[in-house]
Amino acid sequence: MLSFLLRRIVIAIPTVILISIFVFGLQKLLPGDPILAMAGEERDPEVIEFLREKYRLNDPIPVQYLNWIKGVLTGDLGISLRTNQPVTELIGEKLPVTIQLAVMALIFALVIGIPAGILSAVKKGTVTDYIANVVALSGLSIPNFWLGIMLILLVAVKWRLLPASGYVPLSEDFSRSITTMIMPAFVLGTALAATLMRHTRSAMLGVLKSDYVRTARAKGLAERRVILKHAFRNALTPIVTLTALLFGELVAGAVLTEQIFTIPGFGKLVVDAVFNRDYAVVQGIVLVTAVGFIVMNILADAAYFVLNPRLRKQ
Amino acid sequence: MTTPLLAVEDLSFRFRGHDQDVVQNLSFALGRNETLCIVGESGCGKSVTALALMGLLPSDAVRFGGGRVTFDGDSYGIEDAGRIASMRGDRMAMIFQEPMTSLNPAFRIGDQIAEAVERHRRCGTEAARARALEMLRRVGIPAPEQRLDEYPHQLSGGMRQRVMIAMALANDPEVLIADEPTTALDVTVQAQILDLIAELQTETGMGTIMITHDLGVVAEIATNVAVMYAGQVVEYGSVQAIFDDPQHPYTIGLMSSVPSLTGPHRRLSTVPGTVPSIGQMPPGCRFSSRCPFAAPICAERPPLAPIGGADHQVACHFAPLETMQERRA
Repeated sequence: MLSFLLRRIVIAIPTVILISIFVFGLQKLLPGDPILAMAGEERDPEVIEFLREKYRLNDPIPVQYLNWIKGVLTGDLGISLRTNQPVTELIGEKLPVTIQLAVMALIFALVIGIPAGILSAVKKGTVTDYIANVVALSGLSIPNFWLGIMLILLVAVKWRLLPASGYVPLSEDFSRSITTMIMPAFVLGTALAATLMRHTRSAMLGVLKSDYVRTARAKGLAERRVILKHAFRNALTPIVTLTALLFGELVAGAVLTEQIFTIPGFGKLVVDAVFNRDYAVVQGIVLVTAVGFIVMNILADAAYFVLNPRLRKQ
Repeated sequence: MTTPLLAVEDLSFRFRGHDQDVVQNLSFALGRNETLCIVGESGCGKSVTALALMGLLPSDAVRFGGGRVTFDGDSYGIEDAGRIASMRGDRMAMIFQEPMTSLNPAFRIGDQIAEAVERHRRCGTEAARARALEMLRRVGIPAPEQRLDEYPHQLSGGMRQRVMIAMALANDPEVLIADEPTTALDVTVQAQILDLIAELQTETGMGTIMITHDLGVVAEIATNVAVMYAGQVVEYGSVQAIFDDPQHPYTIGLMSSVPSLTGPHRRLSTVPGTVPSIGQMPPGCRFSSRCPFAAPICAERPPLAPIGGADHQVACHFAPLETMQERRA
């Protein structure tokens, strides 16, 4: 298993390099010049020239890339063109916020989506199945921003159960941090829960028809054990794959959710950086997200080993 | 005849959405240490009969029209799911056609066997594991201590079927239902598995229901034979009676479609036509549309179904065959 994981990590390296080149190149193709934005109304050529020299934007593009990647390898993602803060610091500030949101959304999606999927597969064709499917379809089709605003209106403004927006760091006040994040996590997690429910359902339906589930029943095991042990264990593989892939969607979805609930996370950082042509920040964020995505997929691969004995050494 | 271990009377059921029975008025009796072979072509209702006896048909998909089972003196209706579930895997066990897919790929085989033991004997993990090891040894798996911790994919088809047998017999069931246990295996392995089942049967005295379409297997192991056609038993009797003196036109057709090593070379005969599908069964004898001896009465009125336990019975208006031949002449 170790050698397999090592191999996966080695394969991931060129992927990360390619992503970094792509991100860097794309930035250069985008219209808009950050220096012009920084130089202000007058656009004094001397000032512009000074700034270009300062940020080494006069170097050939490959040299600029190499300079950047050299920094990345030493943990320096450059300096924000806008705020002059180191990008690493900016990301270090915002990343935990978004991770907390994403993890809570994921937990919510798993806790709701998987049991609902199992239930609707076991009760296929019944009212339970029907209701679960309608709820899932609503979860997929209701837009985040609408659901978020409605929740704020009802839960926060009308019933005053949860705070409407904002963010409290976990280290500062654990329970308040969690309660402020409940609504955003719910909003971000709904679509994910619905997708997970649908996939769990179809995976379970496939597995429940299999011969080994019949064998488990023939042994006289209780139906509960047949479903939760013999069937679910084998339905888990596609669920794990899906969860890893959906992680990307979660980060993308976080952008919108953070806007609705005014959470100072990654999403807001991305949007601001893109609008301000803050190259260094955009590059840093995309790189960090890409690495996160790759890590999730390697974790999924590791999970297959636990789940599927056929992958282990013969 | 002594009281049978397992007797089934008038088992009939259909699938939801169909208006004809998939299995109709099926009866048989099975004694201790006996083997009943249920033979017939694909789709004749052999496997669903076995699944019904084990209570493994999905309850929402099937409607029972009747059927009484007497198991070791206790009588219950076939639709009594709770009763059947309490015996399943304990007093009644089953092995399946597909050893490659019948074991759960995610768990060690030792655990899969031990699980059945733990469930019914309510013993500890250690005792269950010891029993699993003992069973692996009994079904002739080499190096059973190692095999215990292996996964199904590490075993060959024949070995997996041995594991299935070990699992089925771990609780010393009184009845073993084997649904074409050798169909998916190599010929040499087939013989080994049949020998193994026969050997274990002698040891334990269990009754075996063997579902097969292989008449060679039947000749070798059966005590009694039930020939099924389109959900009905058309002929029932001892293995000698069925092989030496087949009476139903369908049985005769089956027998003559088996190649012979000793007889003159000839083109193998077939039973012309195909089994009518459920919903298109003729109102009379279900075989009438394919029967070379059919008369008008055959399409109108069903013949009497054979009753299990008696020596030799045929569901045909014109049985025994001599009558038919006289009629033709």
